Amino acid sequence: MRRLTACVAVLMLALTLIPLGGCSDEGLDFGVRPENRARPVELVLLENGRPDPSVLAEEQVVRRGNGEEPSTLDPHRADGVPAAHILRDLFEGLTTISSSGQIVPGAALRWNISRDARTYTFYLRRDLSWSNGEPLNASDFVYSLRRALHPDTASASAAALLPIANAREVLAGELPIEDLGVALLDDEFTLQITLTGPTPYFLGLMASPVAYPVNRRNVEAFGELFSMPGNLVSNGAFTLNEWVPRTRIVLEKNPLYREARDTLIERVFYIPVEEASAEVNRFRVGELDWTSEVPSNQFAWLQKNYPDELVISPWTGSYFLGFNLTQEPFVDNPSLRMALILAIDREIITDKVTRFGERPSYSLVPPGIDGYVPFTPEYADWTQDERNHEARRLLEQAGYSDANPLHLEIRYNTSGNHKKIALAVASMWKQVLGVSTSLVNEEYRVFLQNRQQKIVTRVFRAGWISDYNDPYSFLELFRTGHRGNDYGYSNSTFDALLDEVGTERVRARRERLMFEAERVLMTDNVIIPIYSHVSKRLVNPHLRGWQPNVLDHHPTRFMYLLRSRGALSSASPSAVDAVSQAASVEAEAPPPPEGALPSPETAGPQADEVDDEDSSERIEQENGEGGS
Amino acid sequence: MRQEGLLQLAASRLIGLVPTLLVLITISFFLIRLAPGGPFDAEMAAPPEIRANLEAKYHLDEPLLAQYFRYLGEVIAFDFGPSFQYKDWTVNELIARGFPISATIGGLAMLLAFFAGVLIGVFAALRQNTASDYTVMGIAMLGISIPNFVVAPLLILVLAIYGGWLPASGWDWTWQRGLLPVVTLALPAIAYIARLTRGSMIEVLHSNYIRTARAKGLPERTVILRHALKPTLLPVISYMGPATAALITGSVVVERIYSIPGLGSYFVQGALNRDYTLVMGVVVFYGMIIILFNFIVDLLYAWLNPRIRYDEGE
Amino acid sequence: MNDNVEKRRSERTVDDVFAQAMAEPDIRGRSLWVDAWHRLLRNRAAVVSGVLMILIVLAVVVGPMIAPWAGDFTDWDNTSSPPSLETGHWFGTDAVGRDILVRTLEGGRISLLVGLVATLVSLVIGVSYGAVAGYYGGMTDRIMMRVVDIIYALPFMFFVILLMVVFGRHIILIFVAIGAVNWLDMARIVRGQTLSLKNTEFIEAARACGVDHHSIILRHIVPNLLGVVIVYVTLTIPQVILVESFLSFIGLGVQEPMSSWGALVNNGAQDMESAPWTLVFPAVFLTVTLYCFNYIGDGMRDALDPKDRA
Repeated sequence: MRRLTACVAVLMLALTLIPLGGCSDEGLDFGVRPENRARPVELVLLENGRPDPSVLAEEQVVRRGNGEEPSTLDPHRADGVPAAHILRDLFEGLTTISSSGQIVPGAALRWNISRDARTYTFYLRRDLSWSNGEPLNASDFVYSLRRALHPDTASASAAALLPIANAREVLAGELPIEDLGVALLDDEFTLQITLTGPTPYFLGLMASPVAYPVNRRNVEAFGELFSMPGNLVSNGAFTLNEWVPRTRIVLEKNPLYREARDTLIERVFYIPVEEASAEVNRFRVGELDWTSEVPSNQFAWLQKNYPDELVISPWTGSYFLGFNLTQEPFVDNPSLRMALILAIDREIITDKVTRFGERPSYSLVPPGIDGYVPFTPEYADWTQDERNHEARRLLEQAGYSDANPLHLEIRYNTSGNHKKIALAVASMWKQVLGVSTSLVNEEYRVFLQNRQQKIVTRVFRAGWISDYNDPYSFLELFRTGHRGNDYGYSNSTFDALLDEVGTERVRARRERLMFEAERVLMTDNVIIPIYSHVSKRLVNPHLRGWQPNVLDHHPTRFMYLLRSRGALSSASPSAVDAVSQAASVEAEAPPPPEGALPSPETAGPQADEVDDEDSSERIEQENGEGGS
Repeated sequence: MRQEGLLQLAASRLIGLVPTLLVLITISFFLIRLAPGGPFDAEMAAPPEIRANLEAKYHLDEPLLAQYFRYLGEVIAFDFGPSFQYKDWTVNELIARGFPISATIGGLAMLLAFFAGVLIGVFAALRQNTASDYTVMGIAMLGISIPNFVVAPLLILVLAIYGGWLPASGWDWTWQRGLLPVVTLALPAIAYIARLTRGSMIEVLHSNYIRTARAKGLPERTVILRHALKPTLLPVISYMGPATAALITGSVVVERIYSIPGLGSYFVQGALNRDYTLVMGVVVFYGMIIILFNFIVDLLYAWLNPRIRYDEGE
Repeated sequence: MNDNVEKRRSERTVDDVFAQAMAEPDIRGRSLWVDAWHRLLRNRAAVVSGVLMILIVLAVVVGPMIAPWAGDFTDWDNTSSPPSLETGHWFGTDAVGRDILVRTLEGGRISLLVGLVATLVSLVIGVSYGAVAGYYGGMTDRIMMRVVDIIYALPFMFFVILLMVVFGRHIILIFVAIGAVNWLDMARIVRGQTLSLKNTEFIEAARACGVDHHSIILRHIVPNLLGVVIVYVTLTIPQVILVESFLSFIGLGVQEPMSSWGALVNNGAQDMESAPWTLVFPAVFLTVTLYCFNYIGDGMRDALDPKDRA
């Protein structure tokens, strides 16, 4: 109440007060536009893969555009990509993600996985500490996992932790929190987690925010305000220094982090910018080193004007449309569905509509996930004319003709890209099949509800961006009764194959099972594959150390800023280009310091059958696509 | 006599406040809950256990009427509850942080619009139907003929990106970051005020008492400034009440394009995200501001009312 | 503002001879409307605007019928292509290859329709509400105006947004929602006019003849409000068009493949630098139209307001 009164007072003031006060934001002054900026010096690496100090800029401050305002900095309750980016800098889980997107040891030095894949034993590092100096050990993880699943925490992202034994009962309040399948073993540095069933992506899950440790004393002292600057105690490479809502979040290097010696960035600004175009504007005037995305229509323009800054790389996401199999005309009508799938010219969509280097896709799982080669249907090799021909034949076979025309509806949520794709698909169906399609553009929440209820939907915008480097995280969405199954798909063969995937521990066999499952799914014509996603952003060419990776996770601790070239050094343009292109960053970037650690040997004696690559991660709340 | 009138006015406004806010709260409360989809929907539906926990935490599991009365109770205590979307902040905190920013930008924009608009309007009225009248009014009218979501990016492009004189967007209480939002926000208001002033001034200039004043041989400047301006401002004042209320509570367009953490985008954001408490908090706050400004307008009106002045004068 | 207009007109209706006797003898035969018309024609800005407006309406109505492209036709060979005579896309194309010229004309239909229909909705509500309140007066008037006062304090733009959120984005709803926002001013103006009208001789005469209230309001009062209503309409249409464009900005505008100037301009504004043609052409149409309506409205007000004739 006092605050509101104060507001009114401020308002009165505002009307009379012309000169505005001047608390400046260091590091955020707009200054040198990218095109005027001097080029960075060439990168020189030391033997350990770290950059030579002589090439580094004096001020190691990075300013990252971060999309929307994070929902919260409580790792257990946070959802959405923006919060996850910040939390990955603040905290570290039992496992963590390397700069190339691989799972590597985090707070745990090594781990064992039992033969039935239901028990994970983590051996923690012994020298860990919180940012306030208190020691960190396995009991902190026990407390944190219990807190994440406690009914009072009411965390939406806790759904990801349901594989832990008794998690569902604890969430429902049916069992006391102590019954959760998480326990200390032997000493303060050994943690055992029991699962309800094999969970292929469990190691990845342990690297995600919902599994991060929080400091018990801190949480108990401040309650829900523990995640505020001044209160928050974290265990990651950075600590929270300042949070001005919807203006900036400032992190400072944590000197107590286990790899603080190798962390070069001293301070990170996370700047929330809701509009992609505003973010690009701020990048262009030199206020940002990194954007969370770029506007979807401007590929050609950006390519021409910011070739050194524009970075595009594959992402673990598939864009597709879904059929509602529970409603006419799609019930038991695979040939109609096939006709609609065939009539779409994906190359046109990726080349002329989305234009950011997305790859046309003919299947569910995007390429490049953990070496898995997705199933390719026969029609992928046909020309579009052949596909169109077959599509018309199938449509006729399904009983539609000029006399009995088909009318369809594509439902999507408000967003430029969804609209363009729906328009393109509708136009192709009309041109190839003579099918008239109306577009139903719904506001996000309305769309989600309709899609989940499966009553009014027919063809709808679908797709999945996984934070898991595992094809399983795509396939499981189509299990009978899965909560991501908005298609009403149910095939016992498919379900049985996925069950087998869960327990199969030999990599090659597991891949074969997933491939078989994907084949079953794609032959049932449940979705209309369109393309696989790319991540796209503008990055200051001085900013190095990070690598494009399919997860699009880029912890700041791997980054550093290069010094600019002196005015005297005559920059040869070709050399500059070579180092600033994304591809060469990948080639030149130092291997992550932990890269050598996660070999099967270090992963523990009992784990020798488990291919380390199996560890894939999945953060449910990060499943992109969203937003209005 | 006059003071009694003012007191009466204040009393009647105060009495009007309660039913107005009640209507406002009731309609918005039930409308937003009627909207399909809930605050916790996500790309993948939450499991029932989690949904139950979330609903219990925010009291969404209670019957709707119970929720309604709970909310009324909280509003009386000026507690708008926690935001669903910005989980670390209460709605009170969000308003308390956003409003000063919106109010500063909006207030300055209104101030600018008032002076610029009146100046342009008077200038045009004095040269009614001449080329300068048409030119000045034509330029002012641009403000209501081009949507501000075109003006704002255009200003950024020219002044910030090409010119490099100003920052592109963002907020930190410096004049550089405030300038463009204030100007963008002021443009339509300048157009309206200029138009109102011009029309009103022309009317006043043709009235008998101005003729009398002129006949008395008073200098033109005195006639305009001392006698014509005050009655001219009456329609401007009544426009400015609600318009100021709207400006100081923030503009979605301006705040989004300039990335300003004001109050303006909360309503749209809240409505789209089904952040019930945020939507309600903003609506109630906005309702109070509107009532306050209508009241201020009434006071100004009573002060400026020409009849009182003319009676004294004659 | 228009008290005098109304008085003059009502007098004419009651007793033409009497009214004309009150006026100067040499304008005998020129009714108020003819008079106003002549004054309007002398206002060059209004005339130019009128002509432009007719042209725009013609283009918008006829254009899409004779255009070589359909508005939803996607020309895959020319996506995001700049204006060119060779490709046949004189105004260029958007990101999926749709012709901007045709889209602009079709969008104009929707924008003008929204402007017109929403204004009519607010007119019907506002005029009937205001006329009833003003005519009955007393307690009825006080209660009805109290209600208007209360509603006036409601943030109405919020309700438009809430309505769109609750009921989805049907174009009819856009009409109704915007119309429902705008009737309050109209009700207030009409009430004032009615109050001054109802004590005039011709209304009293009608009442004395036993005409029932319903007919008096509909047959005698409402027609006499025409002047103020016309001015109001021409000034409200541009506001409504702007409101619609605002709804498009926050993503609650008309549904694809339909479009409006607001939606087109909003799309174009996002690619201002990379594809300026997607902004410029619809923006010019929108701006010119808004200008025209405002000038016509101002012109009509001046023409119908005899004070201005000094």
